[in-house]
Amino acid sequence: MSAQVPDPGRLPAHTHYRRFSREERLLHGFLMFSFVGLAFTGLPLLFSHEPWAATLARFLGGFESAGTIHRACAIVMMGVFTVHLSRIVRRLFLQKDLTILWGPTSMVPQPRDVREMAAHIRWFVGAGPHPRFEHFTYWEKFDYWAVFWGMAIIGGSGLILWLPETFAYVLPGWVFNIASLIHGEEALLAVVFIFTFHFFTGHLRPEKFPMDSVIFTGRVTVKEMEEERPGEFERLRRAGRLDELASAPAPRWVYRLGRTAGGAAVVLGLLMVALILFAILT
Amino acid sequence: MTRLLATCSRTVLALAAAASIASAAPQQAAAPKPPANDDCLACHGDAAAVRADGRSVAVAPETFAGSIHGMGGVACVSCHADLAALAEYPHADKLQPAQCATCHDTAVSAYDTGVHAQARRSGGNLAAAACADCHGSHDIMPSSDPSSRTHHARLLDTCGRCHGNEEIIKRGRIEIGNVVDLFRDSIHGKALIKSGLSVAPACTDCHGSHDIRRKTDPASKIFRNTIPGTCSSCHEGIGREYWESVHGTQVSKGSPLAPVCTNCHTAHEIRRSDVEGWKLEVITECGTCHEHSLETYRDTFHGQVTALGYARVASCADCHGAHDVYPKADPRSTISDAKRVATCQQCHARATASFVKFDPHADPGNRERNPMLYFTAKFMNMLLLGVFSFFGLLTALWLGRSVQLKAAGEWRRRRGDDSTEDGE
Repeated sequence: MSAQVPDPGRLPAHTHYRRFSREERLLHGFLMFSFVGLAFTGLPLLFSHEPWAATLARFLGGFESAGTIHRACAIVMMGVFTVHLSRIVRRLFLQKDLTILWGPTSMVPQPRDVREMAAHIRWFVGAGPHPRFEHFTYWEKFDYWAVFWGMAIIGGSGLILWLPETFAYVLPGWVFNIASLIHGEEALLAVVFIFTFHFFTGHLRPEKFPMDSVIFTGRVTVKEMEEERPGEFERLRRAGRLDELASAPAPRWVYRLGRTAGGAAVVLGLLMVALILFAILT
Repeated sequence: MTRLLATCSRTVLALAAAASIASAAPQQAAAPKPPANDDCLACHGDAAAVRADGRSVAVAPETFAGSIHGMGGVACVSCHADLAALAEYPHADKLQPAQCATCHDTAVSAYDTGVHAQARRSGGNLAAAACADCHGSHDIMPSSDPSSRTHHARLLDTCGRCHGNEEIIKRGRIEIGNVVDLFRDSIHGKALIKSGLSVAPACTDCHGSHDIRRKTDPASKIFRNTIPGTCSSCHEGIGREYWESVHGTQVSKGSPLAPVCTNCHTAHEIRRSDVEGWKLEVITECGTCHEHSLETYRDTFHGQVTALGYARVASCADCHGAHDVYPKADPRSTISDAKRVATCQQCHARATASFVKFDPHADPGNRERNPMLYFTAKFMNMLLLGVFSFFGLLTALWLGRSVQLKAAGEWRRRRGDDSTEDGE
């Protein structure tokens, strides 16, 4: 396929390291797609008193159509969640891979995260050197757990609100009041957090602007690896495992797709944040 | 020409009285014989008859002959009484107003108590209608006749000559504005104009005819607490329901706050109750008094969907009833413990006693009513506030540092020099 031929001019071969597997990138893609869909179809309800909410609801084909899109996206996201859980189970119990529970490549918060965060803040104010980050930084772990907790809480409460009559067989009706509150507040938290902090750390900060394609291509350049994750680079170099991760740049179409989809998500996300801020401030 | 005072009463008695006065007149008038109608028409029957200033004073003989007064043989001088004793013709330009009260004293005294007479008397507002403005003058027909200005089907045009005329509305200082336009599109207006229903109300059915009074007048048919009575003269069944309800009971006790029909339905723009726009508007109408209930309703899915402009979900009346609203403690109430499951089942077919423990007006700020919700809301607020403030601050610091380094060329230096890994 000609589309898979890398751009030799801009991205010479064998200058990259692999960071995310194809499965992980696909999962993030579906997660991103369903998240934007859920946010767009849920916000009109949460801000129903705003004039823009009625316009958005009409644009989505009315509240029933918006609800259908919302539930369709929810199914996609629940699928992502299920696949992710099954991957953890597979690695943990079938492959007996305990590195996902502790250590530099684990998502579990560890003492080093606290130290790195403190060092990072000292660096912000010019009172210390830049921390030597490992495979996952403290904010990436927070992103992960925020989304993990968010999917469980918002997904669980959303399911209750989807099928209240069924859940009423096992839950008293006042739980719907709580589910309703949690679903909206937690969703607001997730939407604002992802569309501001996640976008800032991942894409919009001056070092990354306009965006970092790693989640779409799965690859970082050697320079990026050395600069951003010196801890990981050093560990792998010492263990002689750097070559295992060496890779050619991703095919050009993957870059293009990533930039298009990622760019669209950033624009839509920032638009939603603007609408939310407009609603809160007026 | 001076404004003619006339009124339309189609009772035979009134005709008979008019006729008897006409025939009695010659006996009473001693000296000059009063002119017969033919004498008058000798001049006025000419279509070209004008007075000194050029205005027409013509009366078409066949028009008068076809009118109720003409058919009843009423003499010209019965109304134009000051000509009965006149000998010299042509008579003076300026005559006394035609005296309708001579025969129609009941109608005229009713008129005298009304808003039109009041406006003419006290305000000197001569735009206000007098007898002839509604009834006509020489062409008056009984209101049972379809060609009559006061026939049920023509009332809207007759009243609309003033109440649908922007210029007169302005000149006559009519506060309510162009009410005919509002009425035309209402369910009553459509039934009257489009469907031609004789049972559809025209103006007079609610306002009365001669004794039209201001709504602030306790004797008015449209006085606030009289309105339910006026409406139930047609909507009898709904009236019965309403008077039993919590609102009706309050109104019958003289409450100035409890809603009457027009509070929800409006006066002239009454729409079908199954129209989406009306179903949505009436929610805010309930909310003008039940402010807090509207607020908590808007926090629920039901309230959010209706706020977006879709009426397919429950609004006030779907759960509380429309005319038969009772307090929750009343066993007749649709939200009473006994009836609530059935009420929810209207939409949620599988609703159970457990299902209806949902609070459609839950208030996260009310610890007594919704304790679990209260604490959940507190927790969520703290969570949101904590996360946003912490990461807001972090982002601000980070951005500041990045911008500063970028400005200082630090990033370029770092990118150019691979050995400098910590950036400092």
